[in-house]
Amino acid sequence: MSTAHDQPLVAGSTPPTTRRALSRLGLALIAAAAGLGGCAMSPPQPWEKGNLALPEMTMGGDALDQRFIQHIYGSKEAASGGYGVGGGGCGCN
Amino acid sequence: MKTTPRSLLRLTALCLAVLAAPASWALDAGAPAPDLNLPGLKDAVTLAQMKGKVVYVDFWASWCGPCKQSFPFMNELQSKYGAQGLTVLAVNLDAKRADADKFLGEVPAQFTVAFDATGDSAKRFDVKGMPSSYVIGRDGKVAAVHKGFREQDRKDIESRIVETLGTP
Repeated sequence: MSTAHDQPLVAGSTPPTTRRALSRLGLALIAAAAGLGGCAMSPPQPWEKGNLALPEMTMGGDALDQRFIQHIYGSKEAASGGYGVGGGGCGCN
Repeated sequence: MKTTPRSLLRLTALCLAVLAAPASWALDAGAPAPDLNLPGLKDAVTLAQMKGKVVYVDFWASWCGPCKQSFPFMNELQSKYGAQGLTVLAVNLDAKRADADKFLGEVPAQFTVAFDATGDSAKRFDVKGMPSSYVIGRDGKVAAVHKGFREQDRKDIESRIVETLGTP
């Protein structure tokens, strides 16, 4: 973890123990900053979910759009079934 | 490379302190209710002016389905227990006032309505879901907290209100 140098870069400037302590403090500060950054994004409060409650925010919000997507998926992927629409992967249904 | 146990301990303590800071305390039964001072349909609405009464505070929004379901129930409560000293206060938390007005045009409300677009009151009441309701006793303390609304919740909420109306 610690990247303290045992040999001081400039001889006679600061004793190695102080340098080690300083580098440790720096590491701790970086960790604290990273921790604080994680707190910046807070989830919406229960009363702030007005836009999230709109019908277009749901998975099947628009029935016609959903049907179109299923049709294309069934035609291209040969993976229809389970949605109430049959398909053979020929792109013709 | 040297990592002393003490430096690790210090780092852990720091991280814990940072993580624990935003946690808030829940508003539970028995705690004094925070005051409200909000604009109503005509005059300002405060909890202080309802002192000595049992207040049923309900937080709602126009986009919330269960809130719509709860309105006939709150009308019923107000007409049934109003004479015994119950005040139903519904605090709207819509960001846009127009949404609330449209809702009130569709769903009649025969009780006190207040508006808080900032959501500050909800924060102080520690609202955990929509709708949330609080029964506040005559002593100004929270007697019961209820989260959400379903038709089968009527009986439970009503019994808590009757119980609170019976206590001085």
